Amino acid sequence: MGDMTEEILRVENLHVSVADVPILKGLNLVINRGEIHAIMGRNGSGKSTLANVIMGHPSYEITDGHVFYRGQALEDLEVHERARAGMFLSFQYPASIPGVQVGTFLKKSVSSVRENPPKGREFRKELTAAMSQLSMDKSFLSRYVNDGFSGGEKKRLEILQLLLLQPHLALLDETDSGLDIDALRIVAEGINQVAPNSASLIITHYQRLLDLVQPHFVHAMIDGNIVHSGGPELALELEERGYDWLDNAA
Amino acid sequence: MVDDSQEIIGDYQYGFHDPEHSTIRFDKGLTEQVVRDISELKNEPEWMTDIRVKAYRHFVERVMPDWGNCSLLNMIDFENVTYFLRSSDKTEKSWDDVPDDIKNTFDRLGIPEAEQKWLGGVTAQYESEAVYHSIREDLEEQGVIFLDMDSGLKQYPEIVKKYFGTVVPHSDNKFSALNTAVWSGGSFLYIPKGVSVEMPVQAYFRINAKNMGQFERTLIIADEGSTIHYVEGCTAPNYSTDSLHSAVVELIAMKGAKIRYSTVQNWSSNVYNLVTKRAVAYQDAVVEWVDGNIGSKLTMKYPSVLLKGEGAHAEVISVAYAGEGQHQDTGAKVHHLASNTTSNILSKSISKGGGRSSYRGLLQVTPKSSGCRSKVVCDALILDEDSRSDTYPTMEIGNSSSDLEHEASVSKVSSDQLFYLMTRGFSEEEAMGLIVNGFFEPFTRELPMEYAVELNKLLELEMEGSIG
Repeated sequence: MGDMTEEILRVENLHVSVADVPILKGLNLVINRGEIHAIMGRNGSGKSTLANVIMGHPSYEITDGHVFYRGQALEDLEVHERARAGMFLSFQYPASIPGVQVGTFLKKSVSSVRENPPKGREFRKELTAAMSQLSMDKSFLSRYVNDGFSGGEKKRLEILQLLLLQPHLALLDETDSGLDIDALRIVAEGINQVAPNSASLIITHYQRLLDLVQPHFVHAMIDGNIVHSGGPELALELEERGYDWLDNAA
Repeated sequence: MVDDSQEIIGDYQYGFHDPEHSTIRFDKGLTEQVVRDISELKNEPEWMTDIRVKAYRHFVERVMPDWGNCSLLNMIDFENVTYFLRSSDKTEKSWDDVPDDIKNTFDRLGIPEAEQKWLGGVTAQYESEAVYHSIREDLEEQGVIFLDMDSGLKQYPEIVKKYFGTVVPHSDNKFSALNTAVWSGGSFLYIPKGVSVEMPVQAYFRINAKNMGQFERTLIIADEGSTIHYVEGCTAPNYSTDSLHSAVVELIAMKGAKIRYSTVQNWSSNVYNLVTKRAVAYQDAVVEWVDGNIGSKLTMKYPSVLLKGEGAHAEVISVAYAGEGQHQDTGAKVHHLASNTTSNILSKSISKGGGRSSYRGLLQVTPKSSGCRSKVVCDALILDEDSRSDTYPTMEIGNSSSDLEHEASVSKVSSDQLFYLMTRGFSEEEAMGLIVNGFFEPFTRELPMEYAVELNKLLELEMEGSIG
């Protein structure tokens, strides 16, 4: 981190409901450029909701509070406008798009998101480099997006997009689930490459990704709120002790 | 001349029209005299006049189909159709000799450009007759005959007499009777034994006049061991009144021959498109129908193959896009009339904005045709609540030694797919376009590249302005 902190994400008193059921209850969070934050919590604590609502998922209703991205209130931006502004969400279960080849998809996505998208040979060079870094075979490019992909293949494709789209804000939702240790290492390497120049939010159940991607801040989430924050040591503590000791704080 | 097309032209980029000009134009309406006049004008042999008159009488007696979209069918006013319109006195061999505004139309449609780049021959039909025709010299030297049907009848009457109406008899249905009575234009294609034509040949059909009836007739004969890829495209201006396109296409694939027939139908939404397409495949022959239906008001078309020789194979890949005010009633028919014949049918349809798509299929295996294999897959994608998709599959299986599979699915675009694509920078419309193109991909990948690109652009255009 340089001397100047640059705020990328600010979440203020965020209340969110899905079908009138409150999920997030007054959450606050600030992430600056260069910082890696990890949010840990049980299933159903609202972790994925946070990532989705920041990205603008239409099923979530903000009932109170605000989300600011690079100083701008996000409420009026559509999902694709957020993507074009440099926000990125890596999905736990990315949708498959039958009939659309990965190569075509990546090229179109990069040219709509990046400010000065690489063209032709330049793009192919970048693509080849990123794919070899993630140990992805060229044959990926002619397969259909996530169609018939294994869990590990889907995650690699997500991280490939992270590398190519070069976002200011990377929201990584359960990126470690379903990966063996080799794949986890490759994915972590991808995240580490992008993290210094962007703001990263890692959502996870487990410590094991955080062994490979060192977070600056770890937050424990219970029942729609961050109840405790700390440094990387908190992740170890949560892994060891679980969340029960924090329940009173919620 | 009053231009009433502009207000309803919408997004349809081929909806422009030229001033109508004709050297011969028949009065609207159909009588036996009109049929005889067409034949006389074309200086046809008497046997063809007789076929026409017989077909006309059958057309008059034959009732309208009592299935399909009867309310739309019954709105056709046969008395308000121009059955013959000659817009140029000759079929030219050079684009420079084609009348200017007609040439401009084909320029705008990109035909001369495509011809130079990747086609082996081109027929361009405007209203009732071909205005331009050419074939590459090397194909001609190999004995390939590619003519418009009127010239085919003049130059090769014995071949035409032998095959005309043998695959689709005039009495097949009301519209095959109508076509046989008043046919004009279309393609006549003969590929000699063992000749493999590498570059596709193309026919382009353009209706320009209002209330026009276009009745082209195509006959393709692939002799033993030959191969051919025939491509056709079609467009028309948007008018507030209807036009009628009713073609008959007959394919004959001799022993070991291969015919691929690709269509991208993009008629404007005021055109009734009622077409009978059928092929006969003899021993070890292959017939492939690659059939795309994007335009028209009502299309009824079920490309068929009669597998008459052992080892013959049929492939029907079709897509249909039914937008607002459109009904695409399409499908496929395969008749396994010999043993060890195989077929694949893949049908994909998209309905949007209240459009309706129907799949109507027939798969027949006769009792003595043993060891046949067939696979039928029908997928429908419905983009909104107002739209509709139906499937009417019929199977008549006469023996137990055949292996048949049928799969059908109806799906909607999922909100997960849209959200995923939007997080990757695609607007909702672009995301929809991508999903739709992906859905049709098994079809588009079978098309020549130039057509595939064009079709994808077309579908993306259809998705624009559609999301509220």
